[in-house]
Amino acid sequence: MYYNKKIETMEREELKKLQAERLKKTVERVYNNVPLYRERFDEYGIKPEHIKTVDDLKNLPFTYKTDLRDTYPYGLFAAPMDEVVRIHASSGTTGKQTVVGYTKNDIDVWAECVARGIVSVGGSDKDIVHVSYGYGLFTGGLGLHDGATKLGAAVVPVSTGNTARQINIFKDFGSTILCCTPSYAMYLAEAVKDSGISPDELKLRIGIFGAEPWTEEMRQEIEKGLGIKAYDIYGLSEVCGPGVACNCYMQNGLHVQEDHFIPEIIDPDTGEVLPEGESGELVFTCITKEALPLIRYRTRDISSLIYGKCECGRTTVRMTKPCGRTDDMLIIRGVNVFPSQVESVLLNIEGVSPHYHITVDRVNNLDTMEVAVEMSPSLFSDSVKVIQEKEKIIKQALLSTLNISVGVKLVGPKTISRSEGKANRVTDLRKNK
Amino acid sequence: MEIYQVSVFVENKSGKLADITDVLSENGINIRALCIADTADFGILRLIVEDPHKTEKILMENGFTVTLTKVIGARISDTPGGLSTVLRILSDAGISIEYLYAFIEKTADRASVILRVDDDVNAEKALTENDVELIDGDAFHE
Repeated sequence: MYYNKKIETMEREELKKLQAERLKKTVERVYNNVPLYRERFDEYGIKPEHIKTVDDLKNLPFTYKTDLRDTYPYGLFAAPMDEVVRIHASSGTTGKQTVVGYTKNDIDVWAECVARGIVSVGGSDKDIVHVSYGYGLFTGGLGLHDGATKLGAAVVPVSTGNTARQINIFKDFGSTILCCTPSYAMYLAEAVKDSGISPDELKLRIGIFGAEPWTEEMRQEIEKGLGIKAYDIYGLSEVCGPGVACNCYMQNGLHVQEDHFIPEIIDPDTGEVLPEGESGELVFTCITKEALPLIRYRTRDISSLIYGKCECGRTTVRMTKPCGRTDDMLIIRGVNVFPSQVESVLLNIEGVSPHYHITVDRVNNLDTMEVAVEMSPSLFSDSVKVIQEKEKIIKQALLSTLNISVGVKLVGPKTISRSEGKANRVTDLRKNK
Repeated sequence: MEIYQVSVFVENKSGKLADITDVLSENGINIRALCIADTADFGILRLIVEDPHKTEKILMENGFTVTLTKVIGARISDTPGGLSTVLRILSDAGISIEYLYAFIEKTADRASVILRVDDDVNAEKALTENDVELIDGDAFHE
């Protein structure tokens, strides 16, 4: 099933023509309306008329998150304020918050992207869509809300929090599709289990999860815990919000809504575009946005692209599940470590709970990394020796994947905080030293 | 009846042990014997209680990680050499002891020792053959 079959199954040549036409218009728009872009293009000696095809995109300069911060709040808007109908902002945990705007048309396009995503994972207007993303400045809640509304599904705007009520709503309202962050889905699965409900008693069948990196192992845990199929939705507020790309029911990569966003994979150090299939930093160019059409926006997410036709019938390019962000990457004693690698290792060990927390510190000028893991019935024993052997297995597994030795600390069950939004899995104490 | 020990995971943080004993106290569970194993980052509280199955259930409901283990109880004399006799018998029978803890009884000149060994059957056999009185689970469990 498709939401927009014509676009989603369009031949590559035809799609490229459509993209080129839209790209040209967008470049003109930003050149004429956004001082930062005009200056930067001039610096590179680029005039809008130099951009004729999608292949010319690689000659354009990048846009960085710092550009949004430097022009805070509205400096990159390419539409007048009377056309802007919505403003969202990022949480700003790593600096000044970034502000994004949408025109009426931008909101419609965004909703269509989300609706396409819901249909591609098997959703329809008959579904009851339970949105447990936060509503507010964060794009998750309203993004899924508008998309499901556009599709004609019944939306339950639960927002995040009050887990007991979430479970009552699952039961009483018969929610069929759950939308939230994967870490909250994990938490809900645990809460369902604790309340003595079997997933079979719930009507949930599909989960659409995003807004933070999660692993294949985590997907399997969630699917088992809630008795659903779990799908990835990708997006970032700077580009639009969730829905820029979404899994189809094949669960093999995320289809990018290419008629609105052109993806590229680049080498984050040199900025060179990498060939198909190679892993690098994901870069997006918005080609239909009116309020905030960012050109070659550096997402800092690491992914790769697959151009071959998908078994689901869609021809749009697929991005692989982002394995982490360049800025989530920890450098421990010179070795690059992604929290998602730790997650994969832990979930591959029988009986280890998916809740963990990484603490990085510097002791005597040496980086240390410790992973707190919750004690579970299968790790526990009355014998110290047996527990320490299991601890050693975890340490060995982490060492062989990460190539650095990592401390493991066993903590009490349910003592690692559960997240209702984006999980905070790392504490880096080196920053305060 | 066999003796079952309740083992509880204790995070190495102040107040964690009291959290466990509070739950036991609130549920009227009397501790007959206990021992704590501690390492640098965690501990294991081992308990002999009247109703190990009920205790396990209550502790689990309160969010603790718990396991039940069969252990052996032996009566020894509360005199020098009392423990030594038992340990020698087990050693001669080639049985390894994982851990043990002992306590004296309120009446009589006797003490009890709780043993966790690698081979229950042969340990019990060796002790019985050497006239060591094994403690029946009924002495602790109701």
